[in-house]
Amino acid sequence: MNIKNKIKITVNGKQMQIIPKFSLKSLITKLKMPLNKIAIELNKKIIDKKRISKIKLKKGDKIEIVHFIGGG
Amino acid sequence: MIDKKFKIANKIFKSRLIVGTGKYKSFSECAKAIKTSGADIVTVAVRRVNISNKNKARLMDYIDPKKITYLPNTAGCFTAEDAIRTLRLAREIGGWKLVKLEVLGDKRNLFPEMIETLRSTELLTKEGFKVMVYCNDDPLMAKRLENAGAVAIMPLAAPIGSGLGIQNKTNIKIIRSQTKLPLIIDAGIGQASDATIAMELGCDGVLINTAIAKAKNPFQMAEAMKLAVISGRKSFLSGRINPNLFGSASTSNKGII
Repeated sequence: MNIKNKIKITVNGKQMQIIPKFSLKSLITKLKMPLNKIAIELNKKIIDKKRISKIKLKKGDKIEIVHFIGGG
Repeated sequence: MIDKKFKIANKIFKSRLIVGTGKYKSFSECAKAIKTSGADIVTVAVRRVNISNKNKARLMDYIDPKKITYLPNTAGCFTAEDAIRTLRLAREIGGWKLVKLEVLGDKRNLFPEMIETLRSTELLTKEGFKVMVYCNDDPLMAKRLENAGAVAIMPLAAPIGSGLGIQNKTNIKIIRSQTKLPLIIDAGIGQASDATIAMELGCDGVLINTAIAKAKNPFQMAEAMKLAVISGRKSFLSGRINPNLFGSASTSNKGII
């Protein structure tokens, strides 16, 4: 894959490069995130985790992946 | 006297002590302290996953949400919109509807921003959340939260993490007298006696994080808090004697030599 074809997205505030038509599911798999322990937001909209294989990422997409941490 | 069950949003819990999971040195220390405390509800926060360190330990690996009720909070939120976004994400992780709302108004004193808190309570309740609300100790505001659909009123004893103990017992008593909702002291507890006092005032429960997590011996303090809550509850239910300015001898003078 030519590097010029790669598109930029932002995941948890950090820039990442992916190939076009990369699905949200592929991203989660690449990052080794356990689906049952996270929630995902794409451009400030919460994503139904059952649908992530159908979502293709686009240039400039902003993704937030959150989980639970200690808190009071 | 048989105590009534500790019930929040129609769910019964065994322990009247709710504990936070923040500020511990490690997840294993946190998990051990929770076990010792006997709590069956723990508060948790929603934050970004660290994507550069994929193998980093997760809270859910140490505290099983199937065995203990997770109560997602909105720590760090300063507006209703922030709080709603956070709790929607928390719900998405695993279907949690019972939540702790905490909308702050000032970074230094960490007091709740009550106008935003009230607005958030209304909006979240409409969305089907069961909202336990961290609030100030104002009886009028507590009433408004109740009318807005809160499932528990959680006034502060003192600023979050301050360990100052209950600063306004009168207001807590007034709030107790006006509501049948679970009343839980949230924030400001420093030592076991503070938790006992909260329970003696008639509160249904106490939420503690810093006082346990930052104690020199968190496990021993977790146990102390567990016993303090049980003790305070029993004391409250037992019907204390009337306080009197003068003494009343415990020993009869009959047969004195």
